[in-house]
Amino acid sequence: MLWGVLQFPGSCDERDALHACRLSGEARLVWHEERDLGGVDAVVVPGGFSYGDYLRAGAIARFSPAMEAVAEFAAGGGPVLGICNGFQVLCEAGLLPGALLVNDDLRFVCRQVELLDEVGERLSIPVKHGEGRYWAPDSMLDEIEARGQVAFRYAPGQNPNGSARNIAGVTNEAGNVLGLMPHPEHAVDPLTGSTDGLRIFEAVTGSTA
Amino acid sequence: MLIRPKEGILDPQGKAVERALPALGFEGIEHVRVGRMVELEADDPERLAELCEKLLANPLIEDFEIETIDGA
Amino acid sequence: MDQPAHRALGLTDAEYELICEKLDREPNGVELAMFSLLWSEHCAYKHSRKLLRRLPTEGERVVMGPGENAGAVDIGGGCAVAFKVESHNHPSAVEPFQGAATGVGGILRDVFALGARPIAILDSLRFGELGSVRSRHLLDGAVRGIGHYGNSIGVPTVGGEIYFEAPYEHNCLVNAMCVGLARQKDMVRAAAVGVGNAVVLMGASTGRDGIGGASVLASAELGDGDEAKRPSVQIGDPFEESKLLECCLELLKRGLLVSLQDLGAAGLTSSAGEMAAAGGVGIDIDVARVPLREADMEPFEIMVSESQERMLAVVEPSRLSEVLAVCQKWQTGATEIGAVTDSGRVRVLRDGETVGDVPVEALVDGCPLYDLSPAAPEGWIYPNEDVLAGRVAAGAGPDADPADPAAILRALLASPSVASKRWAFGQYDSLVGSRTVRRAGEGAPGGRPAARDTADAAVLQIPEAGNAIAVSIDGNGRRVACDPYAGTVEAVLECAQNLACAGAEPLGLTNCLNFGNPEKPTPAWQLDRAIAGLADACEALGVPVVGGNVSLYNEGPEGPIYPTPVVGMVGELPDSGRTAPSAFAREGDAIALLGPLAPKLAGSELAKLRGELDIGLPQPDVAAVAAACAAVREAVRAGVLASVHDVSDGGLACALAEAAIGGGIGCRVDLQPLRSRGCSPEEALFGEGGGGFVVSGERGELESLAGDGVAVLLLGQVGGEAIEIAAGERSLSLELGAAETAWRSLPEQLEPGS
Repeated sequence: MLWGVLQFPGSCDERDALHACRLSGEARLVWHEERDLGGVDAVVVPGGFSYGDYLRAGAIARFSPAMEAVAEFAAGGGPVLGICNGFQVLCEAGLLPGALLVNDDLRFVCRQVELLDEVGERLSIPVKHGEGRYWAPDSMLDEIEARGQVAFRYAPGQNPNGSARNIAGVTNEAGNVLGLMPHPEHAVDPLTGSTDGLRIFEAVTGSTA
Repeated sequence: MLIRPKEGILDPQGKAVERALPALGFEGIEHVRVGRMVELEADDPERLAELCEKLLANPLIEDFEIETIDGA
Repeated sequence: MDQPAHRALGLTDAEYELICEKLDREPNGVELAMFSLLWSEHCAYKHSRKLLRRLPTEGERVVMGPGENAGAVDIGGGCAVAFKVESHNHPSAVEPFQGAATGVGGILRDVFALGARPIAILDSLRFGELGSVRSRHLLDGAVRGIGHYGNSIGVPTVGGEIYFEAPYEHNCLVNAMCVGLARQKDMVRAAAVGVGNAVVLMGASTGRDGIGGASVLASAELGDGDEAKRPSVQIGDPFEESKLLECCLELLKRGLLVSLQDLGAAGLTSSAGEMAAAGGVGIDIDVARVPLREADMEPFEIMVSESQERMLAVVEPSRLSEVLAVCQKWQTGATEIGAVTDSGRVRVLRDGETVGDVPVEALVDGCPLYDLSPAAPEGWIYPNEDVLAGRVAAGAGPDADPADPAAILRALLASPSVASKRWAFGQYDSLVGSRTVRRAGEGAPGGRPAARDTADAAVLQIPEAGNAIAVSIDGNGRRVACDPYAGTVEAVLECAQNLACAGAEPLGLTNCLNFGNPEKPTPAWQLDRAIAGLADACEALGVPVVGGNVSLYNEGPEGPIYPTPVVGMVGELPDSGRTAPSAFAREGDAIALLGPLAPKLAGSELAKLRGELDIGLPQPDVAAVAAACAAVREAVRAGVLASVHDVSDGGLACALAEAAIGGGIGCRVDLQPLRSRGCSPEEALFGEGGGGFVVSGERGELESLAGDGVAVLLLGQVGGEAIEIAAGERSLSLELGAAETAWRSLPEQLEPGS
């Protein structure tokens, strides 16, 4: 199992993502200028502040050669995991529906939150973002829900940013691209936090089997 | 180019500004929306709308307007 | 111009004459600008340098000491930890967001200039009382600025402190500390060496930022409305710095740089000057080759600009193209702007024509150093205001009795300097880098059960060296005002105590000395006594000072700020899994006070609320505190303590309350054993001082910690849903929920109109 973790100027969490990926396979960094993903089995678009979040978070990164390669990879059914800024990049690139807006209280928030997955299992994963409020027009939200594309919601009382319908993460229609605001790569080591993040990486690994 | 959040989307920045105004002595101001302004010089103004749609604005959540300052 | 240029630039007539003597002529405009900055207090430490020579700076673990971009200590495994603290007080008072942001940016550069990857940020902030709109505005801006810069560049903010005291109303303090990790073989010094080597300017382009006062030298008049061309506020760009950081670290890893220095105060002038001085060489700079943000900048402007996110490197000519290629990959600017010479002079050229030429030694080390004329003040010179009744009423209702100990405890817990600062820390990314085992303060980054989250110092794992480090930043203003010597000793001990709580042994210390006007007798006396205390405490603990910063002239018409030494310490611990939380863990655990703490109300938060502050502080027993630190450290490493929490603001009652709140369990204690230390009941509850650790665990284990010079007083037990403290006629019982509400009330106190 070979993971490819994208790296843009301004990415912060790519090394943490690399480390987390290596717990369930091998992983390498993919520089934003590379057009060839080098035969990876899955792609992670990591968190951080690619291009300083200038213009809009993810707006510039999504035009990079590496992201063009990721779009092709995804179109072919390859698994893609977008975390925080990565989620923002995937939405800007049109690979996922909706958009991420500034937190409703206008402040950056770093804290542990409880999430619920599609079957109602709880996960404890940290969030850390200033623009994590998920939004889409009501009609789009209805479609996303009807098609089972809501992968994670914030548990009741845990929504840290005003996301519509408490949505914390979504997939594309085909189900091979997943984006979420919380950071599973910061939940893989009991020494530094919970280990619930491992389940998310394993789920992506499982989908390539 | 003037880029604004679409009507109907929560604009916390606009709200924060609106709430702060009375305390500063400004009454009767409402519907504040905070956006972005991009200034540039272009050889080919025909392509500006495309530039806005593709990069400068996100059409899902933002509206934009193009103003020519100097038509020379 | 109605006064000579040199006076407008802050130089005295005597200093100007000395410059003329050293140059053997009068300085031209460019040279005058350069001298005015390098001979300023901020760069030359004119009033503090002689005093700072008292500080112990050597130790077997010291890899880099004062004089380099930052200090560094050996942590084994071929690794070193670099760290430093610096102030950005005056810019933050003007524009708190950018002032705090660029303060963080600057200290990050000092650390990666050594070749160390920044792995943590901590901040010490001081503002006026929260009732002031200005203070709330400064607090909000500073916290957002620190978050903006640190979060964007991907370095976790893992600790800090925030205090609110009237003397800082017009002079806030923003001290930023950075810790970095390096492979010792990749580290580089600042000294320029190698005559003929190229001098390369990397990073952002150069504009007119920070030129301010030197603008009297401009040849062209700026018209009205052109003020924007001379921004007094520096704007930070963390994205630019992120690229510059990765670029520098790659260049150093590949051995492509001879030396590296960041550009901070006084820009190119100080970097070039200091690099040349350290290397005993000269430097030529051609300002025409400096990439500019504004066209038509004059040479003096280019030499003193404080535009952010720039570094100066010395490169062998044969490696220049490789260096430029790496910079291009990281999309960061790089331009050869000069050369290392054997002239012993800094020469400023424009297109080959010399526009400035000064001896390095005169510029960097030629500034006269002044002796202070210290004189102790007659009594307490700062405000004193009795606000206790109001604070008690705010917390416990208008019928509450200001003499009721439970009501006093609530008022103390709600006091902004004591209360939980989670409002601030929650705005900082403390997770990035995956090293953070404990964030200082409450609330673990990764969210395990509450009790285990809490900690007195930040703990970061260092897998590269197979161990971990603990970091703390602690300052004191009010207690240092009571007694600058004893108060400063206490600040150093406080830092060591916080490290001990994490099981860490201190390796080195950095400090930022924030004081008033040293030309006046009282601040001069405060500085002199504080540095004496700092030196003695470091000597006694065996902790070398590896770097630091001085910020003087922090005063306004109402007088100087509290004399405020801020201390940052880094310690090592073998196993980050063995670090005890600060909160009570289990019902039934015994609670004890470990250490020589003999609390008094002098200088305490309660004395402040009562408006009873005065000069005088008990002298700390350094040896006894050091022994207590060692005992706690060993006990934590052995896994023997269920919790350990240092006693500081608000005294023992607050420390017990914080441990209870963090653990979600109450306690039942009796402070009778403190009578033997001559403490009255009220002193035992709310008095302050160094050398106290609240420990909990199995009773027999706690008792066995007593020994050679280490006192352990058993106080009671963990349990119940209230904080019950028997203290003679001042006994109290406060329900845990009420205590927590008070302690977490900072966000409501920040709402306008509250």
